[in-house]
Amino acid sequence: MKRVRISQQEIVFAVFAALFLSFSIFLNGFLSADNMLTLLQNVAVLGILGLAMAIVVIGRGIDLSLIAALAVPGGLVLQMVQNGHSLPASLLAAGLLAIAIGLVNGWLIAYAEVPPLFATLATGLFVAGLGQAALFQLDVVQWSDGMAGFERLGQGSILGIPTSIVMFAIACVVVFVLLRKTRWGAYIYAIGDNPFAARVTGIPSRPIIVLQYVVAALIGCFAGLVMAASVNSMPTRIFNSTLIYDVILVVVLGGIGLSGGRGGVVNVIIGTLLIGTMLNGMTILNIPYAGQNLIKGLVLLIAVITDTFLNPRNEETAQQGDI
Amino acid sequence: MRETLTRLRYRYWPDHLLGEILSKRWTETAIPVILLLIVGFALSRSLEHFLSPASLADTARQAGEIGFIGLGMALVVIVGGIDLSVGSIFALTDFCALYLLDVLNWPVPAVVVVTMIVGGLLGAVNGVLIGYLRLRAFITTLITLIIYRSAYDLLIQRYSNAIASAFPDIPSWDFIGGGTVLGIPSVALVYIVIAIFGHVFLTRLRPGWHITAIGGSRRSAYNSGIPVRRTIALCYVASGVLTSIGALFFAARLGTVGGDIGVGLEVIVLTATVLGGITLGGGKGSVVKSMVGVLIVLLVTNGLTAMNARGGVNRMALASILLVAAMVDIRWQKNRTRIISKVYVAPTYHALPPPPPTEIGKGGPFEQNDRLREVSLIGLGRIEAPEDVILDRNDVLYAGSRHGDIIRFFPPDYERMEVFAHIGGQPLGMAFDKQDNLYVCIGGMGLYRIKPDGTVEKATDETNRSLYSVNDDSRLRLADDLDITDDGLIFFSEATVRYEMDEWPVDGLEARGNGRIICYDTKTGATHTALRGLKFPNGVAVASDGQSILFAETFGCSIKRYWFAGSKKGDVEIVMDNLPGYPDNINLASDGNYWLALVGMRSPSLDLAWKMPGFRRRMAKRVPVDEWLFPNINTGCVVKFNEQGKILESFWDLKGLNHPMITSMREHRGYLYLGGIANNRIGRFKLDNADPDFVQYDKRWGKSS
Repeated sequence: MKRVRISQQEIVFAVFAALFLSFSIFLNGFLSADNMLTLLQNVAVLGILGLAMAIVVIGRGIDLSLIAALAVPGGLVLQMVQNGHSLPASLLAAGLLAIAIGLVNGWLIAYAEVPPLFATLATGLFVAGLGQAALFQLDVVQWSDGMAGFERLGQGSILGIPTSIVMFAIACVVVFVLLRKTRWGAYIYAIGDNPFAARVTGIPSRPIIVLQYVVAALIGCFAGLVMAASVNSMPTRIFNSTLIYDVILVVVLGGIGLSGGRGGVVNVIIGTLLIGTMLNGMTILNIPYAGQNLIKGLVLLIAVITDTFLNPRNEETAQQGDI
Repeated sequence: MRETLTRLRYRYWPDHLLGEILSKRWTETAIPVILLLIVGFALSRSLEHFLSPASLADTARQAGEIGFIGLGMALVVIVGGIDLSVGSIFALTDFCALYLLDVLNWPVPAVVVVTMIVGGLLGAVNGVLIGYLRLRAFITTLITLIIYRSAYDLLIQRYSNAIASAFPDIPSWDFIGGGTVLGIPSVALVYIVIAIFGHVFLTRLRPGWHITAIGGSRRSAYNSGIPVRRTIALCYVASGVLTSIGALFFAARLGTVGGDIGVGLEVIVLTATVLGGITLGGGKGSVVKSMVGVLIVLLVTNGLTAMNARGGVNRMALASILLVAAMVDIRWQKNRTRIISKVYVAPTYHALPPPPPTEIGKGGPFEQNDRLREVSLIGLGRIEAPEDVILDRNDVLYAGSRHGDIIRFFPPDYERMEVFAHIGGQPLGMAFDKQDNLYVCIGGMGLYRIKPDGTVEKATDETNRSLYSVNDDSRLRLADDLDITDDGLIFFSEATVRYEMDEWPVDGLEARGNGRIICYDTKTGATHTALRGLKFPNGVAVASDGQSILFAETFGCSIKRYWFAGSKKGDVEIVMDNLPGYPDNINLASDGNYWLALVGMRSPSLDLAWKMPGFRRRMAKRVPVDEWLFPNINTGCVVKFNEQGKILESFWDLKGLNHPMITSMREHRGYLYLGGIANNRIGRFKLDNADPDFVQYDKRWGKSS
């Protein structure tokens, strides 16, 4: 008898579908077009961050400094404009800062061989501290007149679709092309699948890993700009929130295994949709924030457990240090 | 002048200690400890009240609270996982304790017990999920972090006012929070007790070893029958319980349930864990490392806070420390063996005068001849590496073999052979005692006894450890040759305490007195070290006076006498020095003199190099091992010397085919039997003018019927 194997991706999609269906049936106003757009708009930034994380996770890494890469360069733009610099110069500075974050991450992980978990945990802390200590005057960096026009990156709509969703879509396309249509993307999969084999094959794994983190930081910076534009400020204390955990959950629940080499943009979209649907439905149900988190956590737990039951790991094939 | 300086420098400066210290496991803990000292020193210089009792007590309290969580995290990381939910468990158990105490008014002992149970249960959720259901630790504890945190948020929304308005006045609760014993805060005291237990648990108890084994290699642990799932699950339970203990002290000290309690705690604890040197991915770590890591993190954050640094500076400092620590740790782990192998070899100054001549025509007792050319061969190609040979009183010939066997050949033609006993290590020197037991020195194992029926028993494999040794020198690394006195004392040589048997040439390159003479008492079974600091002691023979032994120092190129009894007891005197070769085994000759094997002849190049320790050290550091100088062991000879240390005659093999290397010789009924550790044969050589009835057993123990 042929055994049916259901992947985590399919499980999550099924959960998403079930949730979506039940919300549509039992919740008034859930299925309206307006609500659908709100749903997507709320998770657009999370989705963009998920894409950045996906690139790194596929290459068998993890980037905990993403939130810092979102908050600090984004905040830097607002702060510099507030201080009287021109917008292009500020954007350039933010881009350079993001690249610097990525380079440091990549160097630490690829060349100094620090485990990614720690390297990015530390750089994230460092960058957040840098912003707090040296760059920003207030925790929430305010919008200033010099930024006029820039808010269109996150507000309004293009062809009736809210801009932030368009931005998520653009990011999806870019990352999809990067991962699936370029040699560089294929190398990332190879490195994630088996770093030693990739190295033996002659893939320049170290530069590729560095590039991976640079791209992730740049996407993070982009997400920060979209976020700042949509709320007209940059709350840099976002670094203290559990947003990074949400990002990881988007990626992992979407079906991108933390051991690397698997998954793609589709998985990020599925993960984002699941989280978005849940958050939206619970908001309509008027569940308090803490309660929402509790329910979110329980659902995720059930999804992960189900996955383990359907696709069990065993001691023989589990990787060393596979946490 | 320069020679003298070199000699003194190498005589008194302990070069060899560096490599030995670095190869110790505890040096890994030393790095974080040094960092801690630096941080502590810097802070005590820059902060006025840093070392005041109040400040120290406050630090100790915080360190204790975080220390408990650190212990839990250490356990989980060592077993190969990670626990991100500790911050939330901390918050929940803090709430639990205060709720039970302030709202339900439970007695303190019940609060303590129930809070710990709650912590254990919260940890058990992680444990069951990760251990039994085999979910990924990182993602699972991430989810439980969110779940527990939101549960806590929901709970404090309801109860925070009730808790905030209560002011419990219970002495025992206050003691937990702020009490001291002899000036030591209660929390620090409890922490120390648990830490000591944790250390014993991890290093001395079976479950602790299981934890390390699972972290080191989960698959191997599983295959060797360790209950992997249960052990992992219990580690998370322990983490939960330890976190709840920390929370209990925290609750007793502050009594608050603020919204940000425990937020980001997992990052601090994780930083402390890595900083202490506990390797992520498992298998390595200790309680001390966890403690040191927590202290560093706490000192830095508290110090910066006290210096009124902005919050951001605090973070940057923490991050920089984490990065530097991780990098140092990783580079060290990666290059450790390479660095140690480079610095371990520590050559020393060893000067020998020019050797006596051996060339034909130069005269002297060592003048080369061709008397060993006509030896007959026994067991050619059937035996490997007979370092020593011996015959019993029934003329049976015994020899060791590289395969870990004692082989014996039967008279009269010594064609028939059999494996007498299998030991498993390389047999070296051999001797019979009065009861016909064969005592054998086994390289890498120790001294073994083979009974006449072929059963093998361990006689000894350890001696007393010397006081100042860094390397554990209680184990026998290279027991070499032995002899038995009339009183049943066995004196045997251990060639080196710094190298394994296959590395013996490196010990020669070092030319330090690394060897020793050890005495095993067959009557009491006790072992003690008689002499130490010898340059590769090798052959041992009881002298004819019955009060002293003669022993050879291979790389000292000398024969010495050691009195173990009589009026000169304990003295050492030189019998012969400046031999032209490297002496090996010493045995009795039928005429009352002694046979000595010279395993190889000295060469001018090594003699010169021995006077140049710096040259040899550079060689060891920069040149691959197989390009190093090697003592010449291609040509050797057998000599006979008398009690006064005079060489009487020598036997050479100019053809060099039959016996390229001779490590041992044994006289028996007018023949000399030759063994060599690199040979695949035993030689038999007819002696002229020798006693045709000489049997070593009879000579030593008397003729028996």
